Formats: sequence, C-alpha cells, structure tokens
Amino acid sequence: MGSSHEQSLSIALPNPIRYYPMGDQAIVLSFGDTLSEALNTQVRKVVACLENWSQPGLIECVPAYTTITIYYDPLTITYQELLSALQMIVQDIPEDTEYKGLKKEIPVYYNGADLAYVAQYNGLTEEEVIRLHSTPEYRVYMIGFVPGFPYMGGMDSRIATPRKEVPRLKIEAGAVGIAGEQTGVYPIETPGGWQIIGHTPQQLFDLTRESPSLLEVGDRVCFVPISYDEFVQQKTKSNGH
Amino acid sequence: MGIKIVKAGMLTTIQDLGRYGLQRYGMAVSGAMDSYALRLGNNILGNPDNEAAIECTVLGPIICFEQAQLICLTGADLSPMIDGNPLPMWRPVLVEAGSLLSFGRPHLGCRAYICFQGGLDIPEILGSRSTYSKGGLGGWQGRALHEGDRIAFRHHYTGKDSLFHWSMDPGLYPDLTTEIIRVLDGPQFTCFESNAQKSFFSDVFTISNNSDRMGYRLTSKPLRLTEQKELLSTAVTFGSIQVPPDGNAIILMADHPTTGGYPVIAQVATIDLPLLAQKGPNDRVRFERISLDEAHGLLKKQHTQLKKLKSAIALKYE
Repeated sequence: MGSSHEQSLSIALPNPIRYYPMGDQAIVLSFGDTLSEALNTQVRKVVACLENWSQPGLIECVPAYTTITIYYDPLTITYQELLSALQMIVQDIPEDTEYKGLKKEIPVYYNGADLAYVAQYNGLTEEEVIRLHSTPEYRVYMIGFVPGFPYMGGMDSRIATPRKEVPRLKIEAGAVGIAGEQTGVYPIETPGGWQIIGHTPQQLFDLTRESPSLLEVGDRVCFVPISYDEFVQQKTKSNGH
Repeated sequence: MGIKIVKAGMLTTIQDLGRYGLQRYGMAVSGAMDSYALRLGNNILGNPDNEAAIECTVLGPIICFEQAQLICLTGADLSPMIDGNPLPMWRPVLVEAGSLLSFGRPHLGCRAYICFQGGLDIPEILGSRSTYSKGGLGGWQGRALHEGDRIAFRHHYTGKDSLFHWSMDPGLYPDLTTEIIRVLDGPQFTCFESNAQKSFFSDVFTISNNSDRMGYRLTSKPLRLTEQKELLSTAVTFGSIQVPPDGNAIILMADHPTTGGYPVIAQVATIDLPLLAQKGPNDRVRFERISLDEAHGLLKKQHTQLKKLKSAIALKYE
C-alpha cells in the first residue's frame, strides 16, 4: 500500500530536467533517459514554445526522444543567459497543456524483401505481419539520420525484428523498415540496416513543399496497406508535381 | 560565363557556411569543413562571410576561367598555379580570361578554398548554397563537380586594379602542423573507464583512411565504457567525438548525420574545427581539454581579429 502510494506520487512529480552543454555552441535539455511517450510529449511542448521564441543568438533546436539540443551563437548570447532563459520558458509551460500531434496516414505496399524474414523470425504469416504493422497508431519520436527519416515507436512487439547484421548498400526511397521495436521509412536512397517490409509511394522529404518534411516529432502515424496498382498510381502522382 | 571544370580533382564541392534551421528534420548542416579559411577568403575579397566557394580536397581540380575574375585561395597549400606559375594564397589575384587554375602536390593541409569576388551563380536551396552529396541537394546539382561543369559568376569584375600588393597576415590562420586539438568534455565523458578518460588526453590518435566529410575515424587503444548500455539517440554536432562499441572514436564532421546513439566522450572546440578539417588520413592528433569559458574566450578573440581584418580590407577596396 505504502509503496504504491509512493509510486503514484513519483509519477505526479515533474521529471527532473537536466541542462548540459554539448560543445561550445549547443545546450541540451534532457527530460530523462528512458523511451516514453510522456517524455517525448514534454519535448514536443517545449519545442512548440521555442518555435515562437525570437531570441537573438538562437540558431535552431533539434528534438529527439527525450532531449532538445539548442544551437546558439556564443558571440551573441552566453551559456548562462541562454540557460536562464530556457529555464524560464520551461517553467512557464502550464502542466495541463495537451499536445496532440497531427495524425497522418502513410500508404504502404507491403512487398519488402525482408517481409518473409520478419514473418519467419516471429513465427507468423506475411499476412499477419502486414495486419500487425498496419493496426497501431505510431508516434514519431525523432527525425534524423537522413532528411525526413522518422523513428517511430508503438509497434506491436510480436513483429519486432533486429536490424540486419550486414546493412544493405542500397535501400530505395520510400522503403518501410523495422529495427527492433521501432519502425521507420527511408525518405531517400541510402545504405541501411533496417528490415524492409514494404514501400510507400509518398514522399517523406520534398523540397517543393513549404515544410519539406512530411512528419514532425510528436506526429501520430498510421500505415494503410495498398495494392501494387494503387502503389504505381500514387507514385506517378507524387512524382508528378 | 564564368568557369569551366577541366578536371574534377579528388573531391571538389561548392560550400558556404552551411544549411541551418532544418536539423530537426534530419537535414545535415554541411558547409565548408574549414569554415575559417572560407571566411578569411571571402573577407579578403570583400565578400560577405557566408559567400559560397569551391572546396578542393588534397588533389585539386583544373579550372578554366572563361571570363576574368578576382579570386582568393585560402586554407591548405595544395600548390595552386595559374598557367603553370605559382599562385600566391591569402591575397586577391586577378585571373585573366582564358587562364587555367591548377594544383600540384599537396604541401600542407587537406582542403583549399577558391573564393570568387561576388560569388558563383548557384541557387540557394533551403537557405544555403552548400553541397550535401548524400541528400543529393545544394551546391552544383547536388553533387561534387565533374569535368565539363560550367558555373557562371554572379558579378563581373569591374575594379580598376589588376595588381594587388597586399596580403593577409598569415598569423591570423592556424599553424596546420599543430597536432593538438582542443576539446570540451562530452556529455558521456564520465561513463568511460578511468583509464580511457586518462588515455584520451595522453594518447596519440591516428586519422584512418576511412575518413570523409561525414566523419573521421580514429585509431588508438580502444576506449571502453564502465558498462555497455544502450543510449537513446540524440542530436550530435560537427566535432562530436563518438565512441562505438569497438572502442575506436569517430569525430563527426560537416556532413554528419543530425542524430546519433553512441556515447560522446568529447566535443572539439569550435576554434579548432578548421585545424582538424585540414588533417587527413594518417595524420596524428592529440586532445587537450579546455573549459566552456576558455572555448568561448577563444572564439571572442578570433571574432575581434576578424572585425579588425574586415575594416582594414574595406579601406583597400575604397
């Protein structure tokens, strides 16, 4: 009884936030070390505030799973000044503000070269892998590696599969992959080690869009299975503009 | 009309000071590996600091000037020549139409910058003219320069002078024979074994052949963590020194991916990134620890020197 009370108390308390320098031009704001939707939501809320912050010397900020790295120009603002300003901003974020990311659908033609392997590794049929992959709503925890590459969590652990031991030298743009308990999409052709289960005709990074990246940290994503014909049709359309 | 690439050289790309603001979408910053040499070259020509130039790597290109232009060579000494005659660096030089700019033996450093007064006619992509080869964007058609590429100048040289009798004080640029690179402790410094923490600052590290604009791989005694643990990926920067499980450090350079998941033992101080960028395969480096205040102090001092240089040069072009 006593211990469960303590536990609920510790959940109610705000996470201890750490600030530390990353070299002489960046400061890191860390909400913790464990993968959690709640911590990633805090990241997204702070980033939303920083987007509207016109602080001279602030260069850009890069959100990840539980951290935000803020790049600054030390000739314009000192580390201490930036640290105090950030602490104020974080303090002033009301606890009860909700951040619900945008919901986005990504069509997938499940024809990946590793679909059979993922099925076999988990003792499932390919159809079951497709169904399990296209059922949940995923969360974008981070965008990194190459322009527009989303690291998404929330995958059914029944299809979790380790990365390939030897990465492929070439993975096509649009390839949908699995790495451990995460899923992601390769926006451009690149070498990579994720298990490829399908392809999307959608462009995840497109210079002609006002915001080139389709996804943002905090977005919620659903994969929608499509047929080969639909894939070809949509691909022609997305390449058309 | 402008220049024509007659021979590409080892890796010849268009770079400015980099593409900022989109790292949160996974877009690398890119930009000049030795941003200080680029800024000095631009300053010598009276250009803005951020003007794009040609970055040459070890074996430089051969470039035909189809039109006269005022240029300045900075960075590594890759034995530049105009029509076979040595070309002085660190000063404005008027190259006549029809002349050939070529390079000989790499003498000191790895990366030279060819700056052009008024810049090159290259479109800005997402706020920068820098080439990001992996993403296939920016610079000249998103790639390194090839034989036959023709790039126009944005401005014709209309100045009266054809001979310039001044050059920059070479003392403003670092001594490239220096092996010491100053660093700050990385966020995971204390996660390394105490032996690794000590040897990081006493050992000599050799830059391996497998090094490029994305990262330099170092060889040394392996650097071990007190306990192996999986880290959640987070943003990494130009100069982050990551240590993968094999214990061999990798220093992230200008084209580095925006995020990484390996522990970061140290961060190269911004002041010494240009010096590091001039090191190449088989070169040796040693790391010296400085504080955040010292790192900022060094940047301020450099900024003051650059400001003085700028005002002195402004008088030359009046």
